[in-house]
Amino acid sequence: MSAEPGAATIEARGLTRKFGAHTAVKGIDLELKRGEVLGFLGPNGAGKTTTMQMLTGNLAPTGGAINICGIDLLEAPVAAKARIGYLPEHPPLYREFTVDEYLLLAAKLHRVPRARCREAVETSKRRCGLANSGAKLLGTLSRGFQQRVGIAQAIVHSPDVVILDEPTVGLDPHQIREIRSLIRELGGKHSVILSTHILPEVEAVCDRVQILHHGSLVYGDTIAALKRSRGGSAVLLGLQRAPSLDTLAAIPGIAQVHAVSPVLFRVDFHPHDDATERLAAQAAKNDWGLFQISPVHTSLEDVFVQLTRHEEVD
Amino acid sequence: MIFTIAGKELKALFASPLAWVVLTFMQVLLAYSFLRRLDDFLQIQPRLIRMASPPGVTELVVAPTFATAAAILLFAVPLLGMRLIAEERRNQTMVFLMSAPVSVTEIVLGKFVGLFAFLMLIIGLVTAMPLALGGGTALDYGLLASVALGLSLLAAAFAAASLYVSSLTAHPLVAAIGAFGVLLAMLLMGETAGDSLRARNWPVPAALIQVFSPLKNFEPLAKGVIDTYAVICLLLLAATLLALTIRELDGRRLKG
Ligand SMILES: Nc1ncnc2c1ncn2[C@@H]1O[C@H](COP(=O)(O)OP(=O)(O)OP(=O)(O)O)[C@@H](O)[C@H]1O
Ligand SMILES: [Mg+2]
Repeated sequence: MSAEPGAATIEARGLTRKFGAHTAVKGIDLELKRGEVLGFLGPNGAGKTTTMQMLTGNLAPTGGAINICGIDLLEAPVAAKARIGYLPEHPPLYREFTVDEYLLLAAKLHRVPRARCREAVETSKRRCGLANSGAKLLGTLSRGFQQRVGIAQAIVHSPDVVILDEPTVGLDPHQIREIRSLIRELGGKHSVILSTHILPEVEAVCDRVQILHHGSLVYGDTIAALKRSRGGSAVLLGLQRAPSLDTLAAIPGIAQVHAVSPVLFRVDFHPHDDATERLAAQAAKNDWGLFQISPVHTSLEDVFVQLTRHEEVD
Repeated sequence: MIFTIAGKELKALFASPLAWVVLTFMQVLLAYSFLRRLDDFLQIQPRLIRMASPPGVTELVVAPTFATAAAILLFAVPLLGMRLIAEERRNQTMVFLMSAPVSVTEIVLGKFVGLFAFLMLIIGLVTAMPLALGGGTALDYGLLASVALGLSLLAAAFAAASLYVSSLTAHPLVAAIGAFGVLLAMLLMGETAGDSLRARNWPVPAALIQVFSPLKNFEPLAKGVIDTYAVICLLLLAATLLALTIRELDGRRLKG
């Protein structure tokens, strides 16, 4: 109903969850707008699944508030859940059902009008590469196909919010590509939260990323900003007649120099101080035989490892 | 939504060999005991005719068959109901229902209705056997209706009990044994606690404890006496157990 783009579909404030003495999620804030794909990252045990269980009403938060399209999930769970499609970490499949029976049940339970159920099932099967698997028993499907059915049941009622816990686990490379483009497509009209351990996946499909570590959000911004936030960048420098490493390191703005090969160097700059120009000028002036200077791409992986490096000794 | 969930449970029941085994076993056993009693009845019938107001075929054949059915349900319902929640917990499929826009009450009632519908099928088959005699002899339809009502209410109470126990564990077999234990405990309690309370002249606790003795409440109905209090007790027992199940599932979201 709140169809305007940019409207918040999920708004969570101070979300907290304790398991006994252990606090799995520590007061995180989350906001998702229509048309956005949010990537949820974090090491094992960071609290991603716990957060998603709370957002889908499967787990009661110890503290905090959740709004789904303006409906309070804790006050009006049924109305709020009608807006959500959820793929849990472990696809909840009934082994004795066929794909068609199962998806039809999912459609009915999510209040798709009777007359449109068949059509909804066909559409979600087509989108998840299940068009020819309708009559197969869920218990006999391979892991990847079970995962596809799990995704299909999450989108069969075309919900406003799609929450996918590690959606591409167990899929083959073709299907991973298809599911990624499906997620992008869903991100057009709906909004999607997905958790994953595949970092390039986040870069490929997400608009925004939030990194969770020990139950707290340690980072939350757009993908582009995340790359910048790492602070300092680096270049790969190729010199035919290179001086000593110390000479290079003495150039203002350069933090560290590391020889990759006799003629190739990785040069790290100080944060927010791009010394590329100075480096090129020095190379020309001293006739070092500059033949290459190219930025080293900062991958999300670097950022992730940097932010969550301090491994827990729980 | 309740019926959608009930339909799902029925489908799951019929997909499992267990339901068919129980259905066949019950039908064979009940048909045997029914025919055996009918045979006995036909043998003593010439002597019965000489009595002033002889007991009819309904009293001597039909009612005892229903009592046998009640005894078999004591074993069958825990087996049929064990998977309802325990298996969903073990396979982590409960999240499918919990994420859907349905309330916990609807989930519990749906599961209950699904199992109850299956039990009504069994009871329907049991009732069909004496009805087949209707063409040849005079049946006491009042007694038949009363005993069928009693058995249905008993089945409802048993179903609610096995649903509740199924919500307490993630192991279906433990659920079956547990539910059987609970039913057995209630049976024994009804026999002893109620009587001893009454003997001590404590009618109110005795009346309260009667809620938890389903077989005792079945007795008057099996004799054709529609005892309102017994009917209420059976309904109350089923309702209490369903409420406990709802509470249990609701609490699970808090515990995690
Ligand atoms: N039901 C539970 N009871 C007790 N502790 C739990 C429960 N569920 C999760 N936890 C704890 O909460 C923390 C967060 O777990 P969670 O499953 O949310 O991590 P995750 O980010 O999804 O990890 P992964 O990447 O391995 O899937 C963990 O320390 C876990 O042990
Ligand atoms: Mg997880």
